[in-house]
Order: sequence, then structure tokens, then C-alpha cells
Amino acid sequence: MASPEKHEIYYVPEQSKWPIVGSIALLVSVFGAGTLMNGLSSGSGAAPGQYILFAGLLLLVWMFFGWFGNVIKESRQGLYSSQMDRSFRMGMTWFIFSEVMFFAAFFGALFYVRTFAGPWLDGIGEKGSSSILWPEFNFSWPLVNNPDPSRFPGPHETISPWQLPLINTLLLVSSSVTLTLAHHALRAGKRKALQNWLLLTVVLGVIFLGLQLAEYAHAYRDLGLTLKSGIYGSTFFMLTGFHGFHVTMGAIILTVMLIRVYKGHFTPENHFGFEAAAWYWHFVDVVWVALFIFVYVL
Amino acid sequence: MSAVIDHHTDHAHGPAKGLMRWVLTTNHKDIGSMYLWFSFAMFLLGGTLAMVIRAELFQPGLQLVDPNFFNQMTTMHGLIMVFGAVMPAFVGLANWMVPLMIGAPDMALPRMNNFSFWLLPAAFGLLVSTLFMEGGAPNFGWTFYAPLSTTYGPQSTTFFIFAIHLAGISSIMGAINIIATILNMRAPGMTLMKMPMFAWTWLITAFLLIAVMPVLAGVVTMMLMDIHFGTSFFSAAGGGDPVLFQHVFWFFGHPEVYIMILPAFGAVSMIIPAFSRKPLFGYTSMVYATGAIAFLSFAVWAHHMFTVGIPLTGQLFFMYATMLIAVPTGVKVFNWATTMFRGSLSFEAPMLFAVAFVILFTIGGFSGLMLAIAPADYQYHDTYFVVAHFHYVLVPGAIFGIFASAYYWLPKWTGHMYDEVLAKTHFWMSFIGMNLAFFPMHFVGLAGMPRRIPDYNMMFANFNMVSSIGAFMFGATQLLFLYIVIKTIRGGKPAPAKPWDGAEGLEWTVPSPAPYHTFSTPPEVK
Repeated sequence: MASPEKHEIYYVPEQSKWPIVGSIALLVSVFGAGTLMNGLSSGSGAAPGQYILFAGLLLLVWMFFGWFGNVIKESRQGLYSSQMDRSFRMGMTWFIFSEVMFFAAFFGALFYVRTFAGPWLDGIGEKGSSSILWPEFNFSWPLVNNPDPSRFPGPHETISPWQLPLINTLLLVSSSVTLTLAHHALRAGKRKALQNWLLLTVVLGVIFLGLQLAEYAHAYRDLGLTLKSGIYGSTFFMLTGFHGFHVTMGAIILTVMLIRVYKGHFTPENHFGFEAAAWYWHFVDVVWVALFIFVYVL
Repeated sequence: MSAVIDHHTDHAHGPAKGLMRWVLTTNHKDIGSMYLWFSFAMFLLGGTLAMVIRAELFQPGLQLVDPNFFNQMTTMHGLIMVFGAVMPAFVGLANWMVPLMIGAPDMALPRMNNFSFWLLPAAFGLLVSTLFMEGGAPNFGWTFYAPLSTTYGPQSTTFFIFAIHLAGISSIMGAINIIATILNMRAPGMTLMKMPMFAWTWLITAFLLIAVMPVLAGVVTMMLMDIHFGTSFFSAAGGGDPVLFQHVFWFFGHPEVYIMILPAFGAVSMIIPAFSRKPLFGYTSMVYATGAIAFLSFAVWAHHMFTVGIPLTGQLFFMYATMLIAVPTGVKVFNWATTMFRGSLSFEAPMLFAVAFVILFTIGGFSGLMLAIAPADYQYHDTYFVVAHFHYVLVPGAIFGIFASAYYWLPKWTGHMYDEVLAKTHFWMSFIGMNLAFFPMHFVGLAGMPRRIPDYNMMFANFNMVSSIGAFMFGATQLLFLYIVIKTIRGGKPAPAKPWDGAEGLEWTVPSPAPYHTFSTPPEVK
């Protein structure tokens, strides 16, 4: 039988308060969010909901600081074996896979409407009898004239992919390149290069977000393209919106990594935190490329 | 049997004292126990709602509750049983048994494990609280089809959506943990193809969970946006489609069905060999059959939607793909039967539940095949035949699998043998009650009784009364199960490390009750 000396001990942490803090934080957040939404929709106002939501989010931030702080401390104390490292890698990989499936639901909705539901409403295809609902309706994509424009007024114009979206694509793709350069610098032990490339990555991400906000403002103000302008607006804002939320999270994560780089937390051999952040960033980048093709261009 | 592993645990300490032991724990056995107790509490709550349904349906005419409340009961019964009782029970079994079966010191990510658990009381606290909200609880059925849930749902729908989100986060984290544990924490020498079947089926179940729970999150998010932010995913007036809801929902929903049954397949595949005193027949084919079922589960979702107006090509594709699932399932049933063939059988409670599982689940499988035939389904759709079908796969399927597992491993958990006479009473009462409750539903369903309606034609009266009596019997019997478990925890004949002479596996090499920390040094598997 293997003696304990020959086998690395798998670190099983002692009791921790962070899971229960996280559960309470999420419960308070969603209760607040639900109260807020019901309040806004029923016209009774945002009052209690927004404060509950805010309190929940504060708790959530506290939980993240505390929990990840714990993990960083344990890692720096050398408590983690290579087997633990593999658990973290698997955890992150499968988490990203779950994110892929979340986006898949929205892409699936987009493809379904474009391939099946839209043409059927127009009288084309096997279920074309649906056209009796709105006989005047003509389907085209991006959908500008909705079946019932009195309830869902469509946009005046659609977004051209070859202006801001193209610039954004170049920004995000180059941020993936700079992040990889930062990773190479980290592995080569070149601290200064690492700091610069990582900083540049974060800056590119932030510019992307700024341009995305500008595009939303343009869509709402000038094009009449809103969440309420039918299925085109719905899929457009939900897909780009969730993507933008993920870029925001990724930028925050990379900023934390930048701070940890300045603190000297990473070594050329041992830097899984950085790698996990990088995987996440590349995933967000790939989602954007799919968005650019299927939401903007095609 | 090895001379037990006391010296391995010398650096470890026992559990902390008091309530905080449970709140702050990172121990897979503590968390497994909490999951199991939580699931049993939800089982009783969901069961109580079912009793309300059966009491209303005891006689034709509106008797006890108003139709809107009846709708809330069917909705909450389904949601609580699926997400609160069956799924957490299997996660609890996985927490307890997977590390013991594969020789791991704990789950791969112990803190996240506790997070997964504690999200469940949050989720179900929120869900159950909708019963007391203005406008009542969700009343649109557990499948919450749009536009019933979006345009016509009560205000509490918002909280229902967030409760689903919390339960989904919990499931995803739990599944990630199980995959990382099985792929990364196996004792040296335990190759994948030497793994116990329960670990195998859970590995595949965890993959299904990670693949489809985010899709459920996506569909409820679309609902939320349609309700509060004016999007038109499920509104044809804006170019969307209510049928889109059903596609996305059932893309989650069908794999979800296998999420609830595959771990039971795994447990039964360990229990039948133990009480047949023979190795499992066709282990390799069991593994591949499980994989095939999981793979096919992604390509059959629209068989829930034959009557909704999908193209003929789609109906044919989904009909044939659904029938294909009978092939790997048949492989499994064949293997279980062949394992028992010429074995030295004995019928302790776990085996009784396991044998009943094989027979009754097969009946549920056959009614599934009937429903898979698209033209026939036009007749069966939304009748009690469907209710009979899915209760036959879920009650004597998933839930008997859980009972079999509970009796099989109770000695390991508690260090005591359960009372065999009481356990057999529990089995026979459950078996008879459940068949009385659900078998007549086949008949009233084929005769045209619609589901989810509080009143019915006089001609269904007798069978419905039988169903209600069976349901009350089944429900009351579960209190006996509670008593048996508490009695076993508090005392009883001390259990040896391996109480079942035909059982195999690492979990039987540690003492009963299993020490707080096990396999701190991995065992060697030959």
C-alpha cells in the first residue's frame, strides 16, 4: 500500500462560511430582482426591490472576494497538489462548456425563427398555413416589418456590420492575441512584457465595451431598434447583451489578474488563475465571432 | 476484506459540533446526508400536493379546491418532485457513494459542493413561497408553456423563474463536481472500465446536466424578458413563436428525463448482482448502452410536441429516433434479467425494490413506445395515459431506485441494519399502492380523460376512485419509510463492514458506519 510520503495529499479544506454566504447572497439578489421587476411592470415602482437587489449584490461581491482570497492564500501556501490543479482545470473547462450551452439556447432561438417560424408566418413551407394570422406579413431578415406592427413596431433601419461591429471584431480578436502574448511572457518569466500585454488586453476589452454601449445608444436613439421591436431586437439585444455582460466579467477577471501580476503571485510554472481567465476570455472572443457572423453579417 | 483503514485517517478529525457543522461543512458525507434529507422533505411536500390532487379527483365534480388552486397543485407537485425530490436524492447518493466507490478522500471541489447544496433550500424556499403570494403560485403546469406562463401567468412567475435559476446553478455546480471527482480522483488502478456502474451512470448524467441546465436557464430568461422587457421570443405578433418555447424547453426536458433515471440504472446495476451473488452480466454493454441513451436523448425532444404542428419530416425523424432508445434500454433490461438468471437470489428490501424497478420501469418504457408513435400520440396526447406513462418511469423507476439504494447503503451510512420486516412492509405497501394509483390511469387515459383538469366525466369515476385510494396508500406508506430510517439511525443490529455477502466494491472495505474521513490515502485497486 502506498505510504503517505510517496503520495501527494489531496487538500480537503476545513469548514468554510463562503458557500452559505453565497447562497444567501444569491437568494437576496434574485428576490430583490424579482421584486424590482414586478414593481416596475405593475407600476408600483422600483422602491423596495432595488435596495434588496443592491444588498444581495454587495453580499455576492463580498463572497467572491472572500472565497477567491481563500483559494489564493491556500495556493500560495503550497497546499495544492498537481491533482488539485487538475480538478480546477476540469472545473473551469466544464463551466465554460455550460456557458457555451447557455449561448446555444439563444443561437438556437435565432436559427429557429430565421429558418422555420419566420417563413411559415409568411406562408412559405410546410406550416405556411400560419400566414392566415397576418396575411399581409412578409418575412425578411433582419425583420423590420413585424407581423403586428401596432404591438411591436419594428426598427427603421438595421445595424450595418461593416462599421462599429467590424471595429469591435478587430478589437476583440487582437485582445485575444495580446493575451496570448502576455501568457508567453509569463511562461518566459518576462514580467514587464507580461504587465504590458495584459494591460493592453484589458484596455482593448474596455474600448470594446465602450463602443458596444455607443452602438446600443445609436440603435435606441437613431434606428428605433429596441428590445421591444420584435424578434430581431429581441435576439439582437439578448445575444449581444449577454455577450457584453460576459466581456464585462472577463475584463474584471483580467483586471484582478493584472493586480495579482503586480503583486507577483504567478510563476512561470504555476499560474492557473491566469490561465483560467485566459480560457474565459478566448471563449468570449469565440462567441463574438459567432455573433458577428450570425447576428450582424448573415 | 482489508483490515480497514484506521491508520489512514490519523491526521483527520471528526465532525464539528452543533448546527454549524452542517452549515459550514465541506465533507462529502455530511453534504450527501443533507441532500438526502432535503430531498425527502421535498418528497413529502410534493406528495402532499399530490394528495390534494387525488382528493379532488376522488369523485367527479368540483369537491374541495377551486380549479385555479388545482392548477397550482399540479404545477408545484411536478416542479417539486422533479427538481426538489428526485434530482437532489441522486446528487445526495452520488455525494455519499461516489468518493467511497472510487477510493477518493472527498469530492474534488468540497467547498463548491456545499454551495451546490445550500442553493437548494434557497431555490425551493423561494418556489414554495409563491403559494402564499398575491395571485397564487405558478398554475401553468410544470412544463410552463408560453404564452400560458408569459402572457397569462400570475405575478409570482417572476420568482418561479429565479427559483429555477438557483436550482439550475446548484445542479450545474454539483455536476461539475461529480465529473471532476470521477475523472480526477479515482484510486490508482481503477480504470474507467473498472468503475462501479453507479459512478459510470453518474458521470454520464453529470454531462447531461451541464449540457442542458444552461438551456433551461436560457428559456426561462427568454420568458423573463418577454414578461417584463417587451421582447417577443414567444409572441408571433413580433415575429417570434410560442412553439419556440416548447423546442427550447424540451431540448432541456428530454435529457432531463434521463438525468432522473440513469443514476437509478446505475444503482440497480449494483444491487441486482449483489443479491444474485453473480457479477453483473454485460458490464461493457451496460456502459455503452448508457452512453447511447444519453447521446440519443439530445435527438428526441420533439416527440413531446407531435400535436403542436411540426412538419411531417420532423415527426417521422423524432418518432424513429425515439424508438431507437428502446434498443439500448432493452440491452439494459436484458442484462439485469440475465444477471438474475441462475443466480442465488435472495430478496431483501433493496433487491425487492430493484426487481420491481426492472419490471415496472419496463412497463413505463412500453407505454413510452406507444406514445412515440406519432399518429397514435395524436390520440394519447394530454390524456391520463401520458400521466400513467411518466409516473410508471418516475415512481417505480427513479423513486424505487432511490429506495433500493437507501436500503442497500443505509447500513454503511448508519452502522445499523434496518428492520427488514418493516422495510418489506414498506416495499409491498408502496408496490401495491403505486400500481393501484397509476395503472387505472392507462385505462382512463385511453378512454379520453384529459390531464390537468379537476373535473371529469362520470364514466371515469370508478377508476379514479381506485387511483385515489392507491395514491393515499402510497403516500401514507412513505411515513413508514421515515420511521424506518430514523429507527435505523438511532439503533438496531450493528452492521458489519460488508452486510451483503454478494456485494462488491470499495465502499464495503471501510467500516460501518463509514468514518468521517475515508481513503485519505488512496487504496490500491487491482
